[in-house]
Amino acid sequence: MAVGVSLSAAVGRQGLRVAAMTGRLPALLILLVALLAGCHAPSRDTVVRFWAMGREGEVVTELIPEFERTHPGVRVVVQQLPWSAAHEKLLTAFAGDATPDVCQLGNTWIPEFAAMRALEPLDGRVAASPSIAVTDYFGGIWDTNVVDGALLGVPWYVDTRLLFYRRDLLLHAGFDAPPRSWDEWTRMLAAVKATAGPGRFAIALPANEVEPLLALALQQDDPLLRDDGRWGNFRSAGFRRALAYYAGMFRQGFAPPMANAEVSNIWNEFGRGYFSFYVSGPWNIGEFKRRLPADLQPSWMTAPLPGPDGPGASIAGGASLVVFRASRHKDAAWQLVEYLSRPDVQRRFHALTGDLPPRRSAWTGGSLADDVHARAFRDQLERVKPAPKVPEWERIATEIRLVAERIAHGEIGVDEAAAELDRRADRLLEKRRWLLSRDGSS
Amino acid sequence: MKGRRVAWWFVGPALAVIGVFFVLPVVAALALSVTDFDIYALADLSNLRFVGWRNYTRLLETPLFWQAFGNTAYFVVAGVPLSLAVSLGAALLLHSRLARWKGFYRTALFAPVVTTLVAVAVIWRYLFNTRYGFLNYALGFAGIDPIDWLGDPHWAMPAIIVFAVWKSFGYNMVILLAGLQSIPEDLYDAARIDGASYFERFVHVTLPMLSPLFTLVTIITVAGYFQLFAEPYVMTQGGPLQSTVSVLYFMYEEGFKWWSLGSASAVAFLLFAFILGITFVPMRMARRAGPA
Repeated sequence: MAVGVSLSAAVGRQGLRVAAMTGRLPALLILLVALLAGCHAPSRDTVVRFWAMGREGEVVTELIPEFERTHPGVRVVVQQLPWSAAHEKLLTAFAGDATPDVCQLGNTWIPEFAAMRALEPLDGRVAASPSIAVTDYFGGIWDTNVVDGALLGVPWYVDTRLLFYRRDLLLHAGFDAPPRSWDEWTRMLAAVKATAGPGRFAIALPANEVEPLLALALQQDDPLLRDDGRWGNFRSAGFRRALAYYAGMFRQGFAPPMANAEVSNIWNEFGRGYFSFYVSGPWNIGEFKRRLPADLQPSWMTAPLPGPDGPGASIAGGASLVVFRASRHKDAAWQLVEYLSRPDVQRRFHALTGDLPPRRSAWTGGSLADDVHARAFRDQLERVKPAPKVPEWERIATEIRLVAERIAHGEIGVDEAAAELDRRADRLLEKRRWLLSRDGSS
Repeated sequence: MKGRRVAWWFVGPALAVIGVFFVLPVVAALALSVTDFDIYALADLSNLRFVGWRNYTRLLETPLFWQAFGNTAYFVVAGVPLSLAVSLGAALLLHSRLARWKGFYRTALFAPVVTTLVAVAVIWRYLFNTRYGFLNYALGFAGIDPIDWLGDPHWAMPAIIVFAVWKSFGYNMVILLAGLQSIPEDLYDAARIDGASYFERFVHVTLPMLSPLFTLVTIITVAGYFQLFAEPYVMTQGGPLQSTVSVLYFMYEEGFKWWSLGSASAVAFLLFAFILGITFVPMRMARRAGPA
């Protein structure tokens, strides 16, 4: 402020001579300069810029005051991004050297930002941290943050896919427990379809969701990409088995071939018994509780995803907290990450958003421990696998979705689709192969 | 000689501005389009490769590019004639001697052109809403079942066309209105004395006199409609089922979603070449019709 005052005084003296006829001008000038000086007065607080997306970005602001209270001298500025624009905004920020200090990052995006060397490795900080215990985190989720041996993020919340099903309709078809293996699942789908009546189906697999197919594929032993992510591995026996099982649900009439647009209200249709099984994620626990009528509430439940033989794996999705390499306040940024990772804060975060915490200790106690619908997720999270960690994965997943849509409509067969996917993936991975061979030979 | 040097001083600033803000970016984009600039190159420029025409040949093999092209062609083929017809109709109504409060209507019909696209798109999203939208409400009186305008792959593009025509017809209307006002009254008087009906006067006087202007308006509209982007970006994000992905939207996704700037630049040049080719047609037609 001292600088501001002397500066405005100087301007004031200058102004007096110039503005003899207006009189009020110097006063205005002094005010203006003082204001400007006030804006630019160097604050001693460290400002941590935190970018968060969608609903999380809205509610995380409620957790910040306590952080600021317990960490004097650190101020957090939360910037909300819509999910639809987040990816391009982050890339643009990187191109313009304007990345935030801390950011919420979908864990499938981490390999991409790792390839750009935009993220700060966190191995050392986690090892030194008293509050973040690696063993407390679900293994598959933690693994999504490790790229080429370096830890680049700390899981914030998790997302995986499993079965939502109608208990009453399954019971009506003669089964009192959800399926555990593919064979059981097939029998139940057939029985439900047979008892549901014409115009009704056993399962909904919307064409714009790639995750159910991806989960089935991750249950296989064959990796989705081979040779360190150089080539697609979609013609492998494993992927073709998953694809055949997926295609079979349409061929046998268990699932209606449809776009999400055609079933505009999946909750209503589920309530009306248009289908009995739905593969979806944790946010739908809240949606079903809110949207299904009270008399249907006891009739729906969640179950771990059936696997080829016994309970199978599912996708390790979710978002992580990352610190950007270009950040000038990494210590303060890390304190924020540590705070948001505390089990008690994660329980509050769950209460605010319904997002599931990635730490086992956050699941004990609180509303989460008593939530019967969350129980299957707790079980499933012990069996989650990350998608291939290459920067091109999002694009490859888009291609899988497009090809899966053609399978659902019966336009191509399984082998043809697998070959097509390999062709598209190999093309997208061409640059990666070139980089790896160049860096390997030099 | 000296005069020429002075002239350079005068045009110099303008040329410099054009060079820096127009020629340079175009050349840079052309250079980008023969490289594989992507996120790897963004991280480290040594990861950039010269790939020649490969971006172009690959695009021609990409199904989504052709779908985007088809969607854009659909938008142009259906949208341009509709837009021109509405513009001409509105211009004729405003020009009519029977019309009252011309100034008011001229402003009102031109207003959509100067409104912010994003703001009116929000309003149109309400109009198109399946359950609460005014459009379906109005159709309900005609006994037509509600249409999921923005959610149905068959209806999304027509919805975008309706919106785009509403947004842009006022511009052409003003140009055509100026053209109508510059047609000498004597021609109509002479035609009337010869016994020409209103329709005959329209076909044999109005249209020929308007034709140079009409050609211009057609070319501008075609070139503009090929650059469809903001409408699907705001209203549908390219969906449902990629039915509203336009060439520019595809380019935007290539460039800023996937950060394949090389490939995105190639899309831009393909579109440029195509627009150049297509706008030659009305120009040729006008030239052939001209001397006759």
